[in-house]
Amino acid sequence: MSYRIALSSRRSAIVALLLFVLAASVSPPLSRAQENSDCLSCHSDKSLTGSRKGRTISVYVDEHGFSNSIHASLTCVSCHADLEGKELPHDPGVKPVQCGTCHSNEQKEHEKSLHGQAIAHGDPLAPRCYDCHGTHEILAVNDKHSPVAPLNIPFTCGKCHQEGAPVQKQRVIHEDHILENFSESIHGQGLLKKGLIVAPSCASCHTAHSILPHTDPASSIARQNIAATCTKCHAEIEQVHRKIIKGELWEKKANVLPACVDCHQPHKIRNVFYSQGMADRDCLQCHEKKELKSSIDGRSLFVDAAEVAGSKHGKTACSQCHSEVNASHVRPCETITKKVDCASCHAEIGQLYNKSVHGTLAERGDPNAPSCKECHGTHGVRGKDNPESATFPTNVPDLCARCHREGQKAAIRYVGDQHQIIERYTESIHGKGLMKSGLTVTAMCTNCHTAHDVLPRKDTASSVNPRNLPKTCGRCHHGIEEQFEKSVHSPAVTVTNKALPVCSDCHTAHTIRRTDEQGFKLEIMQQCGRCHSEIAKTYFDTYHGKVSQLGYTKTAKCYDCHGSHDILPVADPNSHLSRANVVQTCQKCHEGATRRFAGYLTHATHHDPQKYPFLFWTFWGMTSLLVVTFVFGGVHTLLWIPRAVQMRRKHRRQSYKS
Amino acid sequence: MAEEENIPAVKDTESAEQRSFQPSGSDHQYVRFKRLNRGLHIVMIISFMSLALTGMTLKFSYTQWAVIISHFLGGFESAGYIHRFAAVLMFGIFITHCVDIVRMKRREKRTWRSFIFGQDSMLFNRKDLRDFVASVKWFLGKGQRPAYGRWTYWEKFDYFAVFWGIAVIGSTGLMLWFPEFFTRVIPGSFINVATIIHSDEALLAVGFIFTVHFFNTHLRPEKFPMDIVIFTGRMDLEELKRDKPAEYEALLQSGKLEQNLVESYPPIVIRAVRIFGWAALATGFGIVIWIIYAMIFAYR
Repeated sequence: MSYRIALSSRRSAIVALLLFVLAASVSPPLSRAQENSDCLSCHSDKSLTGSRKGRTISVYVDEHGFSNSIHASLTCVSCHADLEGKELPHDPGVKPVQCGTCHSNEQKEHEKSLHGQAIAHGDPLAPRCYDCHGTHEILAVNDKHSPVAPLNIPFTCGKCHQEGAPVQKQRVIHEDHILENFSESIHGQGLLKKGLIVAPSCASCHTAHSILPHTDPASSIARQNIAATCTKCHAEIEQVHRKIIKGELWEKKANVLPACVDCHQPHKIRNVFYSQGMADRDCLQCHEKKELKSSIDGRSLFVDAAEVAGSKHGKTACSQCHSEVNASHVRPCETITKKVDCASCHAEIGQLYNKSVHGTLAERGDPNAPSCKECHGTHGVRGKDNPESATFPTNVPDLCARCHREGQKAAIRYVGDQHQIIERYTESIHGKGLMKSGLTVTAMCTNCHTAHDVLPRKDTASSVNPRNLPKTCGRCHHGIEEQFEKSVHSPAVTVTNKALPVCSDCHTAHTIRRTDEQGFKLEIMQQCGRCHSEIAKTYFDTYHGKVSQLGYTKTAKCYDCHGSHDILPVADPNSHLSRANVVQTCQKCHEGATRRFAGYLTHATHHDPQKYPFLFWTFWGMTSLLVVTFVFGGVHTLLWIPRAVQMRRKHRRQSYKS
Repeated sequence: MAEEENIPAVKDTESAEQRSFQPSGSDHQYVRFKRLNRGLHIVMIISFMSLALTGMTLKFSYTQWAVIISHFLGGFESAGYIHRFAAVLMFGIFITHCVDIVRMKRREKRTWRSFIFGQDSMLFNRKDLRDFVASVKWFLGKGQRPAYGRWTYWEKFDYFAVFWGIAVIGSTGLMLWFPEFFTRVIPGSFINVATIIHSDEALLAVGFIFTVHFFNTHLRPEKFPMDIVIFTGRMDLEELKRDKPAEYEALLQSGKLEQNLVESYPPIVIRAVRIFGWAALATGFGIVIWIIYAMIFAYR
């Protein structure tokens, strides 16, 4: 009503103004802003610009758009009230339009809302009236072209509340993928796919102007108000949910009972995967009997209600997992045809699992394939943070070992080169850290292989694929990964067709040892020598190599000189062996080392006349000396033997005689 | 290697044993080596065996045997200490011997010329050349066994081989022991050269001693299984007469033979000496077999 009054008073004012303008038109320089046409004489120019907060903006007004708008009957100065009676052209610095002058209730609601409070705080991202409703071209809500028409609301809200928008990134918004989830939800599909304008849009639940966080008791989505909000449409829902809420408790005991969103997640509200109306009590009537057995395979169908209550799913109804139940049947479960599908709730994990080697085996119907319950259990499922859970870090090796221990079903069908996985892991530094020291942060099976996305090493998407391994190990050993990425072994540095080494090539996959232990130090040929076999062999021709072969660990190994993760070509000035650094590298062990000392050839071989001619000739010189001496001595000796034998016989004969 | 420059001079070194001289006693033996030299040879056996065993583990480190022996010696580190200790011992023997030569020369008041080129000098002379040619003829059945003198040419060869060996292996060994010190003067790559020379010369020494020397002195049929004169210092007159006729003749003519006859050692000493000898022979042969195995089957 106040709008009408304002309008009529405005009209009389306009009439008075028109008369005044008529009189004033005799004297042209003193023209006044009275008629829309006066405004548009300038503002219909598309190139007209003004400035706001130092920025140049277009002040063009689309006459056609305005004349089609719901405000077509108003004059410009009705809204731009500060220009009323001003001389034209008016000064720059026009005040913002106050929609609340007419729409005062909406204005009040908006001011109290999250959006309004943000404006009050000066938040530049906070939406004002025109951000949703538009400016001069503003249309009625029931006009299907209006940005606030039901079908357009998700996109209007989504301008700010879609993934990647500044609001979603920079402000505290607890929900993610709002627009995507909504469009996939039953509400979104009804609205956007089926064009049901009665299907709820954002404003249906959040209200149009009183948008408040769910923590605010006045909010339409506050816990105690949700039922009321939902029942605006789902009026009879309490009848359907009677077994859970006994029809009326929902509003009476809103704090005790689950709110709608506890089961039907906000924005993700789907075609519910469980039949309505089932209460756990109904199920337990039969399933709490210990002797209950399947008529098909005789397995026990007993459900320990206490076990479920103590589990991660303590607040989840039976029928949420065991979907397809039909409450109208005497035995509601007799309509169940499918096994429990955890992915109904754990959709993302389910997708990962389906892609994993476990999931693909299950898809093929392989009886060995583990499903969710093999690892997580069934009714007693616990979170991985619970030490009693099979998925608690210290229990994971045993969990995987059920199938992957030598002789078990996974190990039998496995054809790769990793054997004794569990035993080796247990003896490894990770295994000792986890099992002996009880460090739950130590790497165990799922840290490297992931829990659900388990893929064979050869799969390029696998976390243990050589391409991804440095990143996988780097999740804990980040500093090492940084060094490695700059080293000659990193694909970012060296472009080659040959396979570059990754963590496991030197450290092994499961036998990972402490690098300061003897075993690791003496396996040079399994580490660097696997690729650099020629140069590694020459290492064994010199002192360092020879003594390390005798089991001496205090001598220089490859990585003592070349570095371990930060290996660079010798020509690189940052290399440990560059001209500037080599003496210092030698001095790590040989305190008195000088530049001349560093001239020692650590990979010298006397078999290469081109590379090391003096070593080659020294060796052959010495060898010739040996050969000549031995030939001479040998021939002399061999010639001697027959005479010596003769002498001995003669001497024997003489001694017999005497 | 014992340079017993002058047998007649033995009287003052073995005088205690000469007191019990009985001219025609059947258990009297001729004294060939004086006590110091016998001692030096025993020490040298211990030093040489230790050097050979520890050094060869490094040279043939790629064989399983080397790893086992190195482990048996208490790991590479202690093997290294044994090697250097034995090397110091060897230098000690060398210096003691050199000092002994000088002292002997002074005591006998001889000129260096007569000392070096005298009849019983360790230096090669014309007789050695004649003996060598005659030996070859004898080997080929075209002559009689030459009348070898106090030092045969192969004994002299063994003696100087040690001089050469100590110079070459000792000097390169010091370079490898103190590379930081030596590379103040010589380039680092000379350490690589020194390694090759040290190890191959050592191979020569070990190979030669444990085959040619062992045969020449112990295994040749008339001495088989071993000649213990280097330990006891004494040998039967019969053996002297047969083995070194020229020396025997010279001793008879100069009348010094009887001055150099002593009683033989009691059997217990002989047995101990034989056990030591056997141990040395066995170790030596063991090393030779290992070297041959490493060179033929595991060489790289």
